Amino acid sequence: MIAFIVRRTLQMLLALFGVSIVVFALIQMVDGDPIRIALGTRFDPELYQRLLERSGLDRPLLEQYFTWLGSAVTGDLGVSFRTGQPVTEMVLERLPATIQLALVALLIALIVAIPAGIISAVRSGRPVDYGVTALSQVGVSMPDFWAGVMYILVFSLTLSWLPSAGYVGLFDDPVAWVKHILLPALTVGLISGSIITRFVRSSVVEAANQDYVRTAKAKGLGEWGIIRDHVLPNAWISIVTVVGLQLGFLLGGVVVVETVFAWPGLGRLALTAVESRDFTVLQGAVLYIAAMFLVVNLVVDIVYARLDPRVRIG
Amino acid sequence: MTDTPRSQAAAEIELERLPEKPASRSREILSALLANKLAVAGLVVLAAVLLVGVFYPMIVTPAETNQVDVASRFLPPSLDHPFGTDELGRDIVERVLVASRVSLQVGFVAVGIAVVFGVPIGLIAGYYRGAIDSVLMRLMDILFSFPAILLAIAIVATLGPSITNAMIAIGVVYTPIFARITRGSVLVVSEEVYVRAARSLGSGDGRILFRHVLPNVLPPVIVQTSLSLAFAILAEAALSFLGLGVAPPDPAWGRMLFDGRNFFGQAWWMGFFPGLAILITVMAFNFVGDGLRDALDPKQKSVIESRGQST
Repeated sequence: MIAFIVRRTLQMLLALFGVSIVVFALIQMVDGDPIRIALGTRFDPELYQRLLERSGLDRPLLEQYFTWLGSAVTGDLGVSFRTGQPVTEMVLERLPATIQLALVALLIALIVAIPAGIISAVRSGRPVDYGVTALSQVGVSMPDFWAGVMYILVFSLTLSWLPSAGYVGLFDDPVAWVKHILLPALTVGLISGSIITRFVRSSVVEAANQDYVRTAKAKGLGEWGIIRDHVLPNAWISIVTVVGLQLGFLLGGVVVVETVFAWPGLGRLALTAVESRDFTVLQGAVLYIAAMFLVVNLVVDIVYARLDPRVRIG
Repeated sequence: MTDTPRSQAAAEIELERLPEKPASRSREILSALLANKLAVAGLVVLAAVLLVGVFYPMIVTPAETNQVDVASRFLPPSLDHPFGTDELGRDIVERVLVASRVSLQVGFVAVGIAVVFGVPIGLIAGYYRGAIDSVLMRLMDILFSFPAILLAIAIVATLGPSITNAMIAIGVVYTPIFARITRGSVLVVSEEVYVRAARSLGSGDGRILFRHVLPNVLPPVIVQTSLSLAFAILAEAALSFLGLGVAPPDPAWGRMLFDGRNFFGQAWWMGFFPGLAILITVMAFNFVGDGLRDALDPKQKSVIESRGQST
């Protein structure tokens, strides 16, 4: 197990190194001088010179990369071309909002998906199965931003139940926090829940077709007893994996939904950086999101190996 | 044996026949696909969307759908305007229909890019293995380490927002999936008797790869293509919705949502119908993809992969 964890962690670090190259390359691919573009009409030769020196964009490519990487490792991602604020500070300010949204969305996804997937599998081929399958198909195919806009239309503009945008800190006002997070979390949570539902269903169907389940049936155990004692413990392993992967996707994939709901997370930071062509901020946000994604995947792999010993030997 | 060269040639001919699917196999797949009601529904919808996308812009040009008619702004859905009109008095049903061309085009080109790069990478990695496999697949893993939509946004942001760059970005994002799927199948297929036989008969690598390996790794690639088209259309819509895809005034589904987002409160139909068009098209691609997978490999369970990356 220790060997497995060490091996996977080294692989993750290697991937992170690769990610850093891509993120670094982003700013190099910009057509023109990124600082000049970011400054736009506010161009000021003195400020320009300062930003140029700070970012090192005038130095040779390799030197640039390793200087950038060296600072990035120590938590220094440079400064915003727009505001001069340290990028790491900006990213860390936004991080909690994204993590909260991803976790609440995942919670909603699980509350919906686990019962729906199990019922759908147990009642396979019956009307309830078709109903669940149809709904999950819609969820899987729905553009997330469109779902968000539709919820705003119904729940904010028409019914006036929930605010359409904005963020309130969890500890400042818990009730307002719930009201604000509910719509964005539902938007991504139900889509993610649709994917998990399909997965839970197929895992349970597969586990229910094993010999030991037939034996349990032959022994005369009740249907729900079999599901609880024999099917779910075995279906669980693959469900845990897909749930973990979904958390990774949620952390990175809430970008668009954050924009719809003006949710001040990392995704929105990345998009505002795109709009204002503030490339260092874009780099920082993308690097953080990708790093979180890799770490979550690493944890999922370790949990998976813990649950299923066959994985760590392979 | 004096006639070795001839018998070798004969064996080659025999070998070349083997990996080709006999007609009955294709018919089997087709009938399995047609027995799947959802897949048939998906095919019908896709055929309709394709026909509209190809021919409708010839009847009603995008320029015509851009005609401003201030007198009929914000008309709710009616018989004259089934989907209503927008803030400039343009008929939404016409714009949704015309926009299908752009959305499909972006989807097909983007997935085409992913296939053209991903499949050969997977073929080479899986066939030669060793160092080249490690290098190529580690590169693919790096691209895979980003949430898809975020990487697409970052690429478009750097290259500059345009429809071409959106297609490139979506294509790049989806290349690793095709490389992985192809490589996985190549690893299995390379061990098959007919490939080993072809190799021992002295066939060149290129010939083995294209005549014997490629045809046998196509089924999973085809399934993934259909599922990826679903993702590509969603991704294009998201990019356009963020103002990073199709430029105004020509309509694309995501773009229509972007343009109308300030008016949804007073005219819900402006937001509803373009999104519905996306939903239906994406669902059709998913149905066909799932149906194809079940038809090509009945053992496999339908666990969706197309969307995993995009949420």
